[in-house]
Amino acid sequence: MVIILKAIMISGRTLGQGASLEAKTSPEFFKATSICALSESDYDDLGISGEANVLVRTEFGEVVVSARKDDGLPPGVIFIPMGPWANAVVGMDTGGCGTPLFKGTEAEVEGTKMRVKDIQELFADLLRRGGDRS
Amino acid sequence: MIIEGGIVYDPKNGVLGEEMDVSIEDGRVVEESRDGEKIDARGMLVLPGGVDAHAHIAGGKVNTGRIMRPEDGRRGTEPRTKLLRPSTGYTVPNCYAIGYRYARLGYTIAFEAATPILEARHTHEELEEIPIVDKGALTLFGNNWEVLECVRDGDLDKLAAFVAWGLRASRGYGVKVVNPGGGEAWGFGGNVKGIDDPVPSFNVTPREIIRYLMKANEALRLPHSVHLHTNNLGKPGNYETTLATLRAVEDIAASRDRQVLHVTHMQFSAYGGTGWKDFESKASEIADYFNKHDQFTMDMGQLIFGSATTMTADAPLEYANARLLKAKWSNHDIELEESSGVVPIVYGRKNPINAIQWAIGLELALLTEDPWQMIMTTDHPNGGPFVNYPEVIALLMSRPKREEELATLHELASKRSSLPTIEREMDWNEVAIVTRAGPAKILGLPEKGHLGVGADGDVSIYEIDPEKVDPSRDHKEVKAALARAKYTIKGGEVVVRDGEIVAVPQGRTYWVDASVPEDQAAKVEADLASKFAKYYSIQMSNYMVQDAYVTRPRVIKAGVI
Amino acid sequence: MIVEDVLCPFCGCLCDDIKVEVEDGRIVGVKRACRLGSSKFMGHERISGPMVRRDGELTETTYDEAYDRAAQILKAAKRPLLYGWCSTVCETAKKGILLAEEVGGVIDSTATVCHGPSIIGIEEKGLAGSTLGQVKNRADLIVFWGANPAEAHPRHTMRYSSNSTGMFTPEGRGGRKVVVVDVRRTRTAKNADKFILIRPGTDYEVISALRMIVKGKGDLIPDTVAGIPKSDLEEVAGMMLAAKFGAVLIGLGLTHSRGRYKNVDNALSLVADLNGFTKFVVLAMRGHYNVAGFGQVCAWETGYPMAVDLARGAPYFNPGETAACDLLARKEADAMMVVAADPASNFPRATVEAMAEIPVIQVDPFPNPTTFLADVVIPTAVCGIEAEGTAYRMDGLSLRMKKVVDSGLPTDEEVVENILDRVRRLADDN
Repeated sequence: MVIILKAIMISGRTLGQGASLEAKTSPEFFKATSICALSESDYDDLGISGEANVLVRTEFGEVVVSARKDDGLPPGVIFIPMGPWANAVVGMDTGGCGTPLFKGTEAEVEGTKMRVKDIQELFADLLRRGGDRS
Repeated sequence: MIIEGGIVYDPKNGVLGEEMDVSIEDGRVVEESRDGEKIDARGMLVLPGGVDAHAHIAGGKVNTGRIMRPEDGRRGTEPRTKLLRPSTGYTVPNCYAIGYRYARLGYTIAFEAATPILEARHTHEELEEIPIVDKGALTLFGNNWEVLECVRDGDLDKLAAFVAWGLRASRGYGVKVVNPGGGEAWGFGGNVKGIDDPVPSFNVTPREIIRYLMKANEALRLPHSVHLHTNNLGKPGNYETTLATLRAVEDIAASRDRQVLHVTHMQFSAYGGTGWKDFESKASEIADYFNKHDQFTMDMGQLIFGSATTMTADAPLEYANARLLKAKWSNHDIELEESSGVVPIVYGRKNPINAIQWAIGLELALLTEDPWQMIMTTDHPNGGPFVNYPEVIALLMSRPKREEELATLHELASKRSSLPTIEREMDWNEVAIVTRAGPAKILGLPEKGHLGVGADGDVSIYEIDPEKVDPSRDHKEVKAALARAKYTIKGGEVVVRDGEIVAVPQGRTYWVDASVPEDQAAKVEADLASKFAKYYSIQMSNYMVQDAYVTRPRVIKAGVI
Repeated sequence: MIVEDVLCPFCGCLCDDIKVEVEDGRIVGVKRACRLGSSKFMGHERISGPMVRRDGELTETTYDEAYDRAAQILKAAKRPLLYGWCSTVCETAKKGILLAEEVGGVIDSTATVCHGPSIIGIEEKGLAGSTLGQVKNRADLIVFWGANPAEAHPRHTMRYSSNSTGMFTPEGRGGRKVVVVDVRRTRTAKNADKFILIRPGTDYEVISALRMIVKGKGDLIPDTVAGIPKSDLEEVAGMMLAAKFGAVLIGLGLTHSRGRYKNVDNALSLVADLNGFTKFVVLAMRGHYNVAGFGQVCAWETGYPMAVDLARGAPYFNPGETAACDLLARKEADAMMVVAADPASNFPRATVEAMAEIPVIQVDPFPNPTTFLADVVIPTAVCGIEAEGTAYRMDGLSLRMKKVVDSGLPTDEEVVENILDRVRRLADDN
């Protein structure tokens, strides 16, 4: 049986994300940003362990990221550092003020055996549409 | 270039409405011009370019006004053209609109009235972006820790050296003092209540700050005097503070042929009453004092009905405005130096306070006998935007217009001021003084505000014949003509023709480089090094405005050596 | 050679005391910078050269061709969007606004996905603020609300806030109280005297409750607000009222969550209310080192600080309609120029999909996912390291950034100017 956790997803800055912010194609950025932090109890409830991956799904999309325990998070709140992995599940509505709701999206989280896409793969399906124009 | 046949008013040179030619070559007025360009000014009024000695046109608080007031931005929208950048705003216009609108009024130089040294770089970034007019910025000193400490220690030489340093650091033109001591007190939410109320933590009084800064200003022989925004400004009963301030400095002598103190936007400092209920004009008391003391000058700070944005380094005043009006409020305190605030306001004809304030500005201008002691301003955009100068001039020139206006105002404007009894109507010579020759003299700009040989070739020409039009009766024509210059000539170049901008040259920025003895400069440097190490949030080496921010300077030398 | 007092081109702290060691024209060491700043000074992978997309692949080309292609794209577009402008100097922004005027485009900055809602809050209420040095010298209470400087602005607390010392704050951290309000126990929260954990999306309620307590209406507050015991809120309100100088420092926790600009409006109102009792200021913890600068330049040039539509030749401002994410979400933008930003990473996925369908021009020193989508890529010198210019700190203080080493690459400003020149020539030809 797959255990599904309902949570509020927020994104935000971290030191690691910031230090590699302008090196988006680096392994450091991948390591710092393609993760999802969960409270210890949420992590344990998912029945995952070690270097597990999770699938985060919202009404706007889904993304595979690697799971981390974070003792600062309360149960029911998950954190993905600012970046393309987080934004894969953020909606485009700006609520009439120009700014998407980067914090506070309702999400479902489950353990997964799927691999985390690297940054090239994450954009692979968009590239072709970028095609030649002049 | 020859401007032919206009009716010229050039008060500084004793020209009172004579039909004559004005010749300009290489940007300056000359005896006779040899090039062929001719401007037919027959039947038109010819004046030196307008000089605005006090307006808030650039820097942090002006931009705060823009950012917090998008509703104001929408009011003045004009699209770009092949020649012009877009314009926005009424009370807080964008930089381009400021330059274009001054030029359309026939103004060719304007001074930003209040710049903290720390944020002067920002002021100059905006001044650089204002087209056409020349400009400069007055630097704030009245709440600066180094000033307060020099005053406390009684060290006038060091204070003078610091003033020179501060002007250089800010690329500033003169010494502005706003609510001395009050800005420092506001650092913890307080204020000073009068000129003898000590400043918390520094053990000096506003009286001492003003006196010392005036003495330093005169020791440095700066072109302009201290430019003072009084304590208690904007409060009922404050005329007593204003008069006490003036009496406290009567013994100080000017070092040059000019006033020893300029009190700015006097309208806000000429109030009687113990509160808003018995609020009344004390303009006649102030004017009487000025009529007996020719060492002082003032500007009107005339109020204009409608929208305005109040912005000043007097932060406690702005907080009081915000509370009173329940308006949005911005505040900005500047470490070691100043405080400031911005609050939008709408002045209403039927609001008794606003109506009396409107009357006070006009009373001051009309009751002060010598026009050389008085500058026409609206303290843009505090009393109202500068685009309303033609309205103010029409009011000064026409008693019937004043009566028409008074009839539309709250009745207390007539009862609590002497305006209805004032018969004086300014003539064109007096208007030329209060808008051109006077402010140039008061600022210490010998090449501005007149049309004598050697003056800058800045001229405004209006489509109104002073020999045919009676400004008292035909005040609408006066206002319309002044609002849209037939020609504005800046540095010998036609920049406005038929009220439209036809060229967009870049003006110059005035600043004062005052020399001081090396030992005094070294003492100041040592003080400042310690302040930067302990208190400032930036490094001293990054503090001073770099030359890159003043690309077309006009540097005026002054100093004690 | 050591270059002293260098400004750091990373976050809104704009630290200006960095020592950079240069040998043979290369940076070999950095002192005083935090991990974020050091990482930038020491350098990352760079875009190797100008590129244009041919047959679906980015192919190296000359700067001239890249400028031509960029100009053609902008000129051909009916609704071009010019976006970014915050990791570059003000001089670039000035040229960018002129370019937007010239092509009748919309110009917007990364503020609209960061503190844009704070700016809208300021339009509603004004901002009772100060320079950071005022906080350093006077504040005895610091409130971080939805802000985590320990990770986003690492030197903020030491230089300007919790741990700084000044004239009236000689004891530094020891003489101050620090309150943190956040939805998680951040590193910043771990250094707080009082931490209030709130549920995501409840900032507005919690601020409203504090305002009521401050104004003496606490008896109307229920026993818990958004899950927080009333006693905790009373304690915080008491700390605020007891302060001689309080500073509320707001972060993306307010602007990115439910309520957005209304949260900020309410926080600004709380600070205005508190000034009826004691001295309080509020500042936004701006992210990029010059995001504040673009807002300043845009305001003095167009009248508005972001999201300015110049299609009709006159500036029109209505975030929610004219912000970058809105234009893309409505699939209205038909070309996009990105200068010193990475929207492909920082916009929601669906918004980025709209970007992928239109021609994109990128001007940036560094490769990033926006490069993946770009049709024209123009590499530039890194501002503040390889190019000088003006930046505005998060508190609105203007400072001049230094050039420490020479890259030989054009600056952002030069690139935008070159494109502008070509756009004008195309206009003349027509």
